[in-house]
Amino acid sequence: MSITRDEVAHLARLSRLALSDEELDHLAPQLNQIISAVARVQEVAAEGIPPTSHALPLTNVYREDEPSPCLPADVVLSQAPAVEQQRFKVPRILAED
Amino acid sequence: MTTPTLVPYAEAVSRYEPTIGLETHVELGTWTKLFCGCPAVFGGEPNTQTCPTCLGLPGSLPVPSRTAIEYAIKIGLALNCSIAEWCRFARKNYFYPDMPKDFQISQYDEPLCTNGWLDVTLEDENGVEQQVRVGIERVHMEEDTGKSLHVGGATGRIHGADYSLVDYNRAGIPLVEIVTKPITGTGPLAPLVARAYVTELRDVLRSLGVSDVRMEEGSLRCDVNTSIAPLGSAVLGTRTETKNVNSLRSVERAVRSEIEREAGVLDSGGAVALETRHFHEDTGITTSGRSKEEAEDYRYFPEPDLVPLAPPREWVEQIRRSLPELPSVRRQRLQDEWGLSDKDLAALRNADAIDLVAETVAAGASPADARKWWLGELSRRAHESSTELTALAITPAQVARVAALVGSGALNDRLARQVIDGVLAGEGDPDDVVKTRGLAVVSDDSALLAAVDEAIAANPDVVQKIRDGKTSAIGALIGPVMKATRGRADAARVRELIIERLS
Amino acid sequence: MSSELTRKTAVELSEELRAKNVSAVEVTEAHLDRMAETEGHVHAFLHVAREQALAAARTVDDRRAAGEELGPLAGVPVALKDVLTTADMPTTAGSKILEGWQPPYDATVTARLRQAGAIILGKTNMDEFAMGSSTENSAWGPSHNPWDLDRVPGGSSGGSAAAVAAFQAPLAVGTDTGGSIRQPASVCGITGVKPTYGGNSRYGLIAFASSLDTPGPLARTVLDAALLQEAISGHDPMDATSIPEAAPPVVAAARQADVEGLRIGVVTELSGEGYQPGVLARFQQAVELLESLGAKITEVSCPHFTYALSAYYLIAPSECSSNLARFDAMRYGLRVGDDGTHSAEEVMALTREAGFGSEVKRRIMLGTYALSSGYYDAYYGKAQQVRTLIARDFEAAFGQADVLVSPTTPTTAFRIGERADDPIAMYLADLCTIPSNMAGNAALSVPCGLSPDDNLPVGLQIMAPVLADDRAYRVAAAAEAAFTERWGHPLLDDATGPASLTAKGAGR
Repeated sequence: MSITRDEVAHLARLSRLALSDEELDHLAPQLNQIISAVARVQEVAAEGIPPTSHALPLTNVYREDEPSPCLPADVVLSQAPAVEQQRFKVPRILAED
Repeated sequence: MTTPTLVPYAEAVSRYEPTIGLETHVELGTWTKLFCGCPAVFGGEPNTQTCPTCLGLPGSLPVPSRTAIEYAIKIGLALNCSIAEWCRFARKNYFYPDMPKDFQISQYDEPLCTNGWLDVTLEDENGVEQQVRVGIERVHMEEDTGKSLHVGGATGRIHGADYSLVDYNRAGIPLVEIVTKPITGTGPLAPLVARAYVTELRDVLRSLGVSDVRMEEGSLRCDVNTSIAPLGSAVLGTRTETKNVNSLRSVERAVRSEIEREAGVLDSGGAVALETRHFHEDTGITTSGRSKEEAEDYRYFPEPDLVPLAPPREWVEQIRRSLPELPSVRRQRLQDEWGLSDKDLAALRNADAIDLVAETVAAGASPADARKWWLGELSRRAHESSTELTALAITPAQVARVAALVGSGALNDRLARQVIDGVLAGEGDPDDVVKTRGLAVVSDDSALLAAVDEAIAANPDVVQKIRDGKTSAIGALIGPVMKATRGRADAARVRELIIERLS
Repeated sequence: MSSELTRKTAVELSEELRAKNVSAVEVTEAHLDRMAETEGHVHAFLHVAREQALAAARTVDDRRAAGEELGPLAGVPVALKDVLTTADMPTTAGSKILEGWQPPYDATVTARLRQAGAIILGKTNMDEFAMGSSTENSAWGPSHNPWDLDRVPGGSSGGSAAAVAAFQAPLAVGTDTGGSIRQPASVCGITGVKPTYGGNSRYGLIAFASSLDTPGPLARTVLDAALLQEAISGHDPMDATSIPEAAPPVVAAARQADVEGLRIGVVTELSGEGYQPGVLARFQQAVELLESLGAKITEVSCPHFTYALSAYYLIAPSECSSNLARFDAMRYGLRVGDDGTHSAEEVMALTREAGFGSEVKRRIMLGTYALSSGYYDAYYGKAQQVRTLIARDFEAAFGQADVLVSPTTPTTAFRIGERADDPIAMYLADLCTIPSNMAGNAALSVPCGLSPDDNLPVGLQIMAPVLADDRAYRVAAAAEAAFTERWGHPLLDDATGPASLTAKGAGR
């Protein structure tokens, strides 16, 4: 299983990384090498073995429906790259959700 | 590419079989957000209802609200679903500025509730009542996103905007997504089925008390999937997903319009594109949104910050026992209790007046009176002020009191309307309005008799007709009496007095 | 006086402070002075909070003067890895993308340290977003190993380990996702503990891989580590993965310090080819020492450990690709390319391109790949199954032994730059530590001598079952006592780095 430069470019788009051509050239073989190394997991006889997503068997952890204090808006916005009308100002959005 | 023309609806459904599916998002009416303690209420100042968690700040973690999960289970049970013994939240990964973490905590292949149904009733084109069982594929929980304001370009539209302003107050408000199975075989009724389903769903959710289900405010949002296939075809057509459907009427119109459009595409030899479309209230048509051709790869995986949900069966049964009487059952009961025809009931339902009438009856009015006031005078007022019946500034108890005053003869219908004016204008309860406006019926016969005698004297020709046996002419004498008493006379008593005087 | 203070353990400082032989301000100043002397060489800190530290020390002194009964950490300095949020100090996670970010809230670990009266000296250097084993991936330059400045201090908590080993702080908090506390502790000749997953809150820990990340202590002695662990551990309602049960009594266990009658399992799969001979020699010696102390040594096999590294490099990148999505230039941190010509989508991609280092990008891409539709089952899904098998291996092994041991890392500290562009070689540093992250059990590293081939520290890894952290402390403290007795002094006294950095130098 090897991954092409085009696929790497696709992954970069999915990951929102504006990789340069040189980076793509460098990364594609590296990713290939890593992927073929980690593909070892496929050698394991894992038929019928349940996957583990959480290390511990905890379930049903909840919070009661009780309000807690919010952050003040000025604190919330203090770290924002740009602010207008007490909102986060962001560049124009291309794709509709 | 030329735009294929729309095929008239009747023709479209004479050759194509529509299949629809609905995905409904409901904002739950919990006090707090799904994963943090920020208030989940509508309309605070921008960015005042946030914390590290719902802002997705680095290091923050989600902890789910027990009440939100309980509400979701409630919904699942009301929709006859199975409640998962074990399920997980999953991350849906995609980048978007109004999504603080650039992933949404949702559920993927392990929804909380699955495989239910909801029976809906509707009238077909011949006025015959039809019942359709809509299959429910799943009910799952997820968090809402923030809200963007688009600045520059055409006002408020994302296209052509110069930049956007984001408010994260809404981010993290608990949503439940209710997905139907494909609804097939309803033929030309498909748009009505869609509307009836959302109506019934709204009523169920309201009866559960889990959401305020206001489509206009976005607490109930609908995406409608529509596809068509030639009649008799074993294969379903390509579906489109229409978003932005913000009223019950729009649900029906959106489906109808999509059927007409898709028929046009197929008739012209084209293929329906798998895409998201947007419904426009003003024109009643849909336009193309995002293409799903390069299918979004959401890279779902189990949310590692949350542990699995395994709702104990005792809890689920306890919730089941706490379910209120569901709307369809209640409607049947009320129909029997109130002695209504199917049509009467449908009229009440269409006006969203069942609860109001029931509360008015509970406050002492007769079902007939309660119906009369809500569907008559009050519906007219609501219509005039373009508002909902439920939004009128009069309570069922006040309506019951007006009905009681009319019933006792203290008010006539005309005075009662003035009392309602007063109540709506904020002048207090009906009795207050009667007092301050001096609206009580004149019950003193001597005062009435003077006006009656005056009317008799002034209308000798009418008197003659009555004496000749044309009793229907009495009305012509009642009018002047009512006028003379400025409407405060009891018309029935006036009639009696006129007959007495002339006999 | 001042240099003597920096040589004391946290327990000793605690006693001196309690007896009012020394003030918290004096202790803090001594460590700040030590930092001023050594930071130019070590570069353990990204941010030194001099003023806040002295203010906190004054508060502790005032409270003590007023007769308040204070906890054991009151007035004891601690260094905090820059991946934990601090409401009064910037937090960057070693990344340019968070340059200057001032969190509006304290991590639970931070808050508990403050509550305990510990003096937070500053934020320590780390591999960007905790991805790395050398601290070379820090956007702010590498830290240096106090034993040999040309070598790495390990990673990702390299700054925390270097600070403790260079006597800049008696205690430090690190985080461990695949070995990021234990491996730097091992190569810096100190003790580092990854507690049971869920034992220490992750609230305020900038996530790398949520299902693996665990904050934990680094210290020069096992007892000191236990003291710090007890201050920060325990259930946190802000973290849904936090364990509700009471935290294991690790201070008592560290004081108990005996292995009499304990069954110690040597994991067959964690030795042999690829291990530095000197590391294996010291490890063997440590096992013999434990046996001489009365432990029963058995050999156990954990066959799926050999797949742990592969599974880890699917699971951790997958989670990181999602966890790091939020760094999108919209709400905080760096924003690049917002000149009116670029869309939000483009600004996101330009910012992430400029703000993330190459290892972070590599892992994001790898994780995106592993989670992609069509590849999920073959990679992420399979890795999750391997995770189950590793946990089962542990379960079986802990049926035969009370604790398991291995070298902490296959080699001693490598040279800066040596593995910089060879990701796979770099990943091998975590070979022995990863299994415990996968299964969530407790594991620690305690020094077991200098490798005869390069005179650099070797660590002994002790692994204990979930929530049996105290067992690992007990064994580690016993080994530490026996080794110290054998060597005649703590291992750090053997450090041969520049005189200004070594314990002996500091003492002179």
